[in-house]
Amino acid sequence: MTGRKHAASRKPWTEALWGYAFIAPTGLGLAIFYLWPVLQTAYFSFTEWGAFGGHTWTGLENYARLFGDPEVGRAVLNTLTYTVLGLLGIPIAIVFAALLNRPGLGGVTLYRTAFFLPVVTMPVAVAMLWRWLYNGDYGLINQVLALAGIDGPNWIADPATALYALIVVGVWSSVGYNLIIFLAGMQAIPKELYEAASMDGAGRVRQFFRITLPMLSPTAFFISIVSVIGSLQLFDLVFVMTGSGQAARANPAYSRLQTVVQLFYERAFVTNDRGYAAAIVMALLVLIAVLTILQFRLQRRWVHYV
Amino acid sequence: MWKSARSGAALLCAALLASACGGGEQAGTDTQPEERVKLSYGVWDATQQAVMQELAAEFTKTYPSITVDVQLTPWVDYWTKMKAAVSGGAAPDVFWMNGPNFQLYASNGVIRPIEEQVDTSVYPKPLVDLYTYEGKLYGLPKDMDTVGVWYNKTLFDAAKVKYPADDWTWADFKEAAARLTDAKKGVYAVGAQLTSFQEYQYNTIYQAGGYVISPDGKQSGYADPKTIAGLKFWTDLIAAKQSPDLKTMTDTTPLQLFEAGKLAMYWGGSWNVAEFGKNDYTKDKVDVAPLPKGEKQATIIHGVANVVSAKTEHPAQAWAFVKFLGSKKAAEILGKKGPIPAYNGTQQDWVKAHPEWKLQTFLDSVAYAVPYPVSKNTAAWQEAELTHLTKAWTGEVPVEKAAADLAAAMNDLLAKE
Repeated sequence: MTGRKHAASRKPWTEALWGYAFIAPTGLGLAIFYLWPVLQTAYFSFTEWGAFGGHTWTGLENYARLFGDPEVGRAVLNTLTYTVLGLLGIPIAIVFAALLNRPGLGGVTLYRTAFFLPVVTMPVAVAMLWRWLYNGDYGLINQVLALAGIDGPNWIADPATALYALIVVGVWSSVGYNLIIFLAGMQAIPKELYEAASMDGAGRVRQFFRITLPMLSPTAFFISIVSVIGSLQLFDLVFVMTGSGQAARANPAYSRLQTVVQLFYERAFVTNDRGYAAAIVMALLVLIAVLTILQFRLQRRWVHYV
Repeated sequence: MWKSARSGAALLCAALLASACGGGEQAGTDTQPEERVKLSYGVWDATQQAVMQELAAEFTKTYPSITVDVQLTPWVDYWTKMKAAVSGGAAPDVFWMNGPNFQLYASNGVIRPIEEQVDTSVYPKPLVDLYTYEGKLYGLPKDMDTVGVWYNKTLFDAAKVKYPADDWTWADFKEAAARLTDAKKGVYAVGAQLTSFQEYQYNTIYQAGGYVISPDGKQSGYADPKTIAGLKFWTDLIAAKQSPDLKTMTDTTPLQLFEAGKLAMYWGGSWNVAEFGKNDYTKDKVDVAPLPKGEKQATIIHGVANVVSAKTEHPAQAWAFVKFLGSKKAAEILGKKGPIPAYNGTQQDWVKAHPEWKLQTFLDSVAYAVPYPVSKNTAAWQEAELTHLTKAWTGEVPVEKAAADLAAAMNDLLAKE
């Protein structure tokens, strides 16, 4: 015992050096490609920044404009709606994970692959495919509805349905990822717990609610954090589904689909209003931080750690 | 996170490697008596990459000390990348410019005005005007395009409607539209598209005697009753169900509908020749006619120009290249392969490529063509056009109100330029 202690204290700096050397590639990458841009963006959010660089300090002007801009309010509302309803993907994933986790179920690998396929598919390809499914005149969904005598809407061009149509795609493409994590979580639950419960006479359903769910809560917490952050940063799906580039604005449902990141994209890369765009993403950063802190606060109420 | 950091690092390495190679090349040529120069040339159209390389090789024959590296950046990334390159001082020596972006680049001083006196009478005047900023010419037009009415002969025959005459009017157009619409078959006369003002709204606005932006670039024309008449031309067609509604056109674009035989007419550019020529449905069913005449005749003309970066290290060589690209010889090479060359009198090869279509229409319309409306930050008010007019297109807001709101928003944006 003492010998080992002695060895460790002899060259503490060498060990620390090794530690730093090991994290250096990641650390440097993070610092150069993430931290530095974040700091720069924070700075630019207080400036007016033209198309070709060259910026002038304007103080809080961009932020003042932010609060009076109806498009910002709308984009935040759309994004929050998407985020909250997107959380429905979690119970769906748990149910499917539980079904796949039943002992003696054949072809689990096949199912797992099928569920995971949307995750490894390019978001752009997913969006293009759904665009066709949702087509008002020629889409598969409306063709099927027509068989039942229902005249389906133009799903992604109708302000009443567009956002929900989008959420369905978002949930569909994230269920696979969540399901794999939940499945891993379930397989980590000690078998003895179930054995003891069945000896006490608890049925499968009761076991699910009393053992599986509480034991999965740390996994669910992780998923909800990741999914909320992902939803708040939603861009590619909307960008392709509404119609790329400026064409998106000609979609009658655009005001129901526009997300915060999309608004940022338009200001930064379309209308050459980069200082303001920087202010928009700084506001998004704050929103993400607040919601994540809130989730960590709330976890005490529902997350059980063993 | 790690993945993108890693690819970033890879990019950095690639950049270092590339610059190292560049350095080596320069060192090797130090001994040559004449300075050897390698120009970079930025273009966005992959289908024209080969002919651009051919032009570059032709140029090197005349100027053996200058070689040109054609750098292709696809359209979707072109302007984003160009802005970054210009900001970082790494813009290509010579690059393609278009109308909506031109004044942004010229007013920021990132492209060089042409100092030499050049004979501009060989190009269509609206294109020369398009690339003139504060009295100075910045680019030489490379190609040009105008707009016409592509029509489906099969659908015209089925409805027993005469093909459009060269001197047809708005009244003729509306009459034909009413007769061509066949709700039972799902056939509409035309699609009142909202995503390409160049092919639709701008044309009818000028035909109605209105305007989009005042000549000094300071005032919006959208409050003008004649401009509004140009917009109503389209919303009336939607209201009469002679055009699909905006929702339908969002799901399926007018181009797709036209190529599926669901639209009898499609207002499109001369650039659609390539598309309709290779589409199995349209290739032997369509032809083209001039745009109908409103209060006056008008078609929007646009064209790409070659410009020189303000930061180029070789301004003399870059200018020599631009001058060559704007020459008759270059236009003749281009006309055989690509779009309509801008140089007057070199366009016949382009017309002859499709004898089955009346492509001469696009050239004849140059006589009354109007330049694509632009200002310093065109993209900003182009976004406003969509934001406000979408409401008129869905019928949510009357055209007059939407146009008035748009005029106010556009004037605010123009005041900030």
